Parts: sequence; C-alpha cells; structure tokens
Amino acid sequence: MKILVPVKRVIDPYVNIRVKSDQTGVETENVKMSMNPFCEIAVEEAIRLKEAGKAEEIIAVSIGNQSCQETIRTALAMGADRGIHVLTEEKVEPISIAKILAKICESESPGLVISGKQAIDGDNNQTGQMLAALTDMPQGTFASKVEIDGDKVKVTREIDGGLQTVNLNMPAIITTDLRLNEPRYASLPNIMKAKKKPIDQKSPEDYGVDVTPRVSILKVIEPPKRQAGIKVENVGDLVEKLKNEAGVI
Amino acid sequence: MIPKVGISEGKEPLFYNESHHAWREEVRKFVSKEIAPFVEEWEEAGEFPRELYKKAADVGLMGMGYDEKYGGTTEGIDIFHGIVTAEEFAHGCGGVSASLLSHNIAIPLIQSLGTEEQKEKFIPPVVRGEKIAALAMTEPSGGSDVASLKTKALRKGDHFIVNGSKMFITSGMRADTYVVGVRTGGEGATGISVLVIEKDTPGFTQSPLKKMGWLSSDTAVLYFDNCKVPVENLIGGENSGWIGVMSNFSQERLGMAAGMNAYSQICIDEAVAWAKERKTFGKPLIDNQVIKHKLVDMNRAVKTSRAWTELLSWRVMNGESPIADLAMLKVHASKAMELCAREAMQILGGAGYLRANSGPGKVERIYREVRVNAIGGGSEEIMYDLAARQLGYRS
Ligand SMILES: Cc1cc2nc3c(=O)[nH]c(=O)nc-3n(C[C@H](O)[C@H](O)[C@H](O)COP(=O)(O)OP(=O)(O)OC[C@H]3O[C@@H](n4cnc5c(N)ncnc54)[C@H](O)[C@@H]3O)c2cc1C
Repeated sequence: MKILVPVKRVIDPYVNIRVKSDQTGVETENVKMSMNPFCEIAVEEAIRLKEAGKAEEIIAVSIGNQSCQETIRTALAMGADRGIHVLTEEKVEPISIAKILAKICESESPGLVISGKQAIDGDNNQTGQMLAALTDMPQGTFASKVEIDGDKVKVTREIDGGLQTVNLNMPAIITTDLRLNEPRYASLPNIMKAKKKPIDQKSPEDYGVDVTPRVSILKVIEPPKRQAGIKVENVGDLVEKLKNEAGVI
Repeated sequence: MIPKVGISEGKEPLFYNESHHAWREEVRKFVSKEIAPFVEEWEEAGEFPRELYKKAADVGLMGMGYDEKYGGTTEGIDIFHGIVTAEEFAHGCGGVSASLLSHNIAIPLIQSLGTEEQKEKFIPPVVRGEKIAALAMTEPSGGSDVASLKTKALRKGDHFIVNGSKMFITSGMRADTYVVGVRTGGEGATGISVLVIEKDTPGFTQSPLKKMGWLSSDTAVLYFDNCKVPVENLIGGENSGWIGVMSNFSQERLGMAAGMNAYSQICIDEAVAWAKERKTFGKPLIDNQVIKHKLVDMNRAVKTSRAWTELLSWRVMNGESPIADLAMLKVHASKAMELCAREAMQILGGAGYLRANSGPGKVERIYREVRVNAIGGGSEEIMYDLAARQLGYRS
C-alpha cells in the first residue's frame, strides 16, 4: 500500500508573525519557515505504519514555490520514500490543493492519504474534507489514533464531546490532530540519504488545475493591542469609573 | 540565534549546503526539546540522565564522522556538520555538551590509529549511545606539557601493567571506554603510547571533582593501581602515540572555537534584548553610547572569530593543517567569549548575577564557563607558545 502525505511549508510556529506595512499579508521575507506541525504528525504516522509493515511506500507532496523542496526533503529525511513537488508561485487555496491532490490520487492510487487537519498559517481546516468530497473517499478527520485492519482503517477522532471512532474502507483520508503522535527527529544518516531520494517536479497545469485564487484578500491588520490597565485609589473611584466610564453598573 | 548561513557568506553559500542547514534544524530541535528545558535542573544536580546518550545516538549525533561500518555516518559529512553541531549545542549548556560529546576527543584516536578488531570492538557501542568514551591525557602533575606525562605502562607478556593517575577527565566517572596516554618508553614524546582501559579493570578507580562551571559535566580523577591491560588494547604502535594525540587537537580546537563563538553570540543577544527593555535615567539603556559601543565591540570580536573559524575549517577540510592559525583561533575565540561574557554581565547589572537558565540568567552560566574554554584543550598561554614556535619566532 502507498501512503500519500501532503506537506505544507509555513512560517515556523515559534516565529513572531509581523504584518506587512502595506497590509497585503504577513511578512515572509527572511522569516524562518518549517513544515506545518500537523503535517509533521502526518509524516510520522505514515512512517509508523510503514515500520509496522502496513505500508510499502510513502510519497510526500508539496504544492508551492521552489523552497517547498526543502519541506519535501524534511519529509524524506524523516523517512518518506519520494516526493512530488507541484511548482507554482500562486497562493494556492484549499480547493485547488484538493483538486491537485485528487489528480495525484488518480495516478498513484494510495491506500491512505494522511494530511494535517489544518495548516497553522491559514487555519482553513478544509483540504482533507474537500479531497474526500472530490475523490469520494471516506474520511476520518482530527485523528488521535489510527489502526489498520485488513482493508479497513479504524480512526479515533477528537470531537467536542470526547472521542468518536469511525471505521473506514480504504482507500481513505485521514487528517491528524495534535495528540496522534510525537514526530521523530530526522537523523543525520537519514538527512544524508534524503539527498538521493527522488522528487518529481510538476506544475498545476500537468494536472489540469487552475490555481488562480477565488478569494481576494482586502486587508491584513494586526490584532488591536491591549491597553494597559489603570490603578484606582479607592472603592469610591472604582464604583465611579465602572458606572460612568465602563458603563457596566 | 545563530543565523542559518555562516558569517562569511552573502547570498551564495560558501561553506554550507542543504544538508548542513537541515542538520542545523534538527540539532536545534533536539537541543531545544531534550536539553535546554532541563539545564537548570541538571546543573543543580551535577549530572544529566544517561538516557540522553541513547537519544543523541538515535538522531545520529554520536556517530557523526565515524565509519559507516561501525554504525557511524561519513557519506557527505564534512567538518561543517561538526561546526553546526557545536554552535547549536551552545543553546543547551557547556557541561552537557562536554560530557555528552566527550567521545569526540577519544574515539578519533581509535578510528585513525586502531586495528580493525579494535575499531569493531570499541566504536559501535559508543556510536549507539550504549557506552561512554573519555580521553585521559592530563595528569595531576600537569596538562600543558603532555609530553612529560608520567602514568607508566610496563609490558609483562601479553599485558601492560599500568600505574599512575589522570586529572580533570571529562566523563571520568561514567565512561566505559577510556583512551589513556601512558608512558611505555623513555622520557619525552617518543616514549608515549595510547591504551584503551575499560571501566571494570581491577585496580582502576575514579573520584569526582567539583567545579566552577560545566556543573552538569562529569569530571574526575582516575587512579590506576597495577591495572592489567591486555596488549590488544594498545592503539597504534608502542611509543608512537604522540602524533595521534597531537593531530587529535586540531579538530578539538575548531569544535571548541565554534562552540565559544555561539556562547559569545548568546551573550550579545541577551545583552541587546535587555538593553532595549531596561530604562535608566529616563531612557532605554541601549540609547547610551557607552552601551552601544560595548555591543559593537562584542560583535566585532565574535564576527572575526566566526569568520576565522569557518575559513580554518575549510582549510582543514581540504587537507591542510594550519597549526599556528588553529592555536591563535582558539585564543581569539576564548578572548572573544571572555569579552562578551564580561560586557554582557555589565550591561545586565544585578540581573546578570542571578542564577537561572533563561534570559539574562544564561549569561551568568556562560561567564563561569569562559575559564574552562580558555584552559582546556590547550590553554591560552600554551596556544601563544605553539603559534610563536610554528611561526618561527626565535633568534
Ligand atoms: C573541566 C575540565 C575538563 C577537562 N577535561 C579533560 C579531559 O577530558 N581529558 C584530558 O586529558 N584533560 C582534560 N582537562 C585538562 C586540561 O586539558 C588541562 O587543564 C589543561 O591542558 C592545562 O593543564 P593544567 O591544568 O595541568 O595546567 P598546567 O599545565 O599546570 O598550567 C598551569 C598554567 O600555567 C600556564 N603554563 C604552563 N606552561 C607554561 C609555559 N611554558 N609558559 C607559560 N605559561 C605556562 C598554563 O597556560 C596555565 O595557565 C580538563 C580540564 C578542565 C578544567
């Protein structure tokens, strides 16, 4: 069985995000980029399934500009077998990603697609679900546990009320939640080996997908800064301010 | 934070390729998750858990540069992977780096001088993180004058009988495999051999030492009392250990310089952050010319040190052995670290004097780690002397 793992390049989770001065987006020039943490969990889960003898090959896919190659290399260094890089300079929206992935599913026929439940930049939480709709595959989103049994996969999902378990026929789509696993470090020997693993370079046109954005961003602004509080002299002052300034009593 | 590319690089990388960047990322992750959060606790306890060796081995840290057939990684690895490792480890602490990586001053001797059997026996367990290796050269009677070491090894049939002691040995208590300089022949450099002495050898005892810094590192005195060491443990020829011992120092000095540069950088970063926040006499500290000049001075020292480290690494990688330059670099790096630690402490004021492993507190620890860097691996005075001799400065 093949496992397809889409991986996204995002601003490193430990970087302080700065909004561009022209309000068109956030600053990405000279900013540290990393693999989306949920995608890392997806790669880890795929590797664990392979190590357990449940899968033969792991394919990491990334869609975006040239530097996405680095993100694919990271996945290869963790243990994925080969990569597909769909090169585009466009800001690709979930629907376009899902369409490209659907095409890749057609040609690769993976038994499982494991993706992050969302990327920490757009927080869209859509791609996996859209891919399920486009391919008509069953989906197990927000997975905290994945167990393969024959041609079925049991996915434990983290939902508001607790845990829900779904049994899916494979091929299926799984999106990962934070507690699914703890991703491994890419070891030095694997980093060196990853240099030799193949990455296929493709373009959205190869898949016949038009990635022109459907949504236009009007303005990106910083959240309002919290104002410093004030100290009142006594209870009288407090009551006065609550009444006349805050208007809450 | 040490930036991704080297100091001597513009947009086109000179010394670092993609694998160096990828490795830097992983070491940074490893240090920030497995070491940094525990530094305070481990420094207090005077040791760190032994399982860290296994964890480090799993990411390939222990095997870097050692033959693949002994479990190491050599393909595509060059000296800059070592530089990157040393720099990133500075974000943990000196003590952990010194002990965890003590095999890097011991195992190279076995790898370069040992027989096939010796390599097969001693290298793989260390690379797997199961055994700890230490280098024991320095003696109570002195460390600078290595050629005068006194620990005696007398050949008796198929054994050496070893008597003597070793001082200030990193991983001295916990190591399993000790690479020990001994005297098998006459006086001076030509009477020195290298023996592997294993922990459980009867007559071999250790006792711990308390230190000013590197608190979480294990440092000990070793005593050899009529220890029977099999002849198979002789590394290289009898009385020809000297060259190996000396050539081992080049890599050690580069690695130490890289580490020192990173500690200096941390001092600068902490000092800048503080000077921007702290207000005195109604304005931020950093708006005083005196403070700005201190910071520029620190930068000047570190940037030159880093550039020189990279240049010399490149030369060593290409087969040169610029001994005088390496000796001067080591002094340059420790003086830069001394300057940065001192000036950072001044800028931090009282806050810098407090023990804590976050923010300004790091500087206090680094301040205490300056001296061991200026003394160990060849003291500043000895480095000057070596450089002067190499440069032919005599009448
Ligand atoms: C924490 C720590 C860990 C260490 N780990 C190890 C280890 O793992 N393995 C190991 O083998 N050693 C280790 N060492 C020992 C270290 O290498 C020695 O301390 C160092 O080489 C200096 O030797 P010494 O301390 O005996 O000083 P000495 O040689 O006695 O020198 C004392 C002082 O005199 C100066 N001096 C000496 N000769 C001259 C001269 N001719 N002219 C001018 N000045 C001179 C020296 O620079 C020094 O300042 C460690 C030391 C420390 C502190």
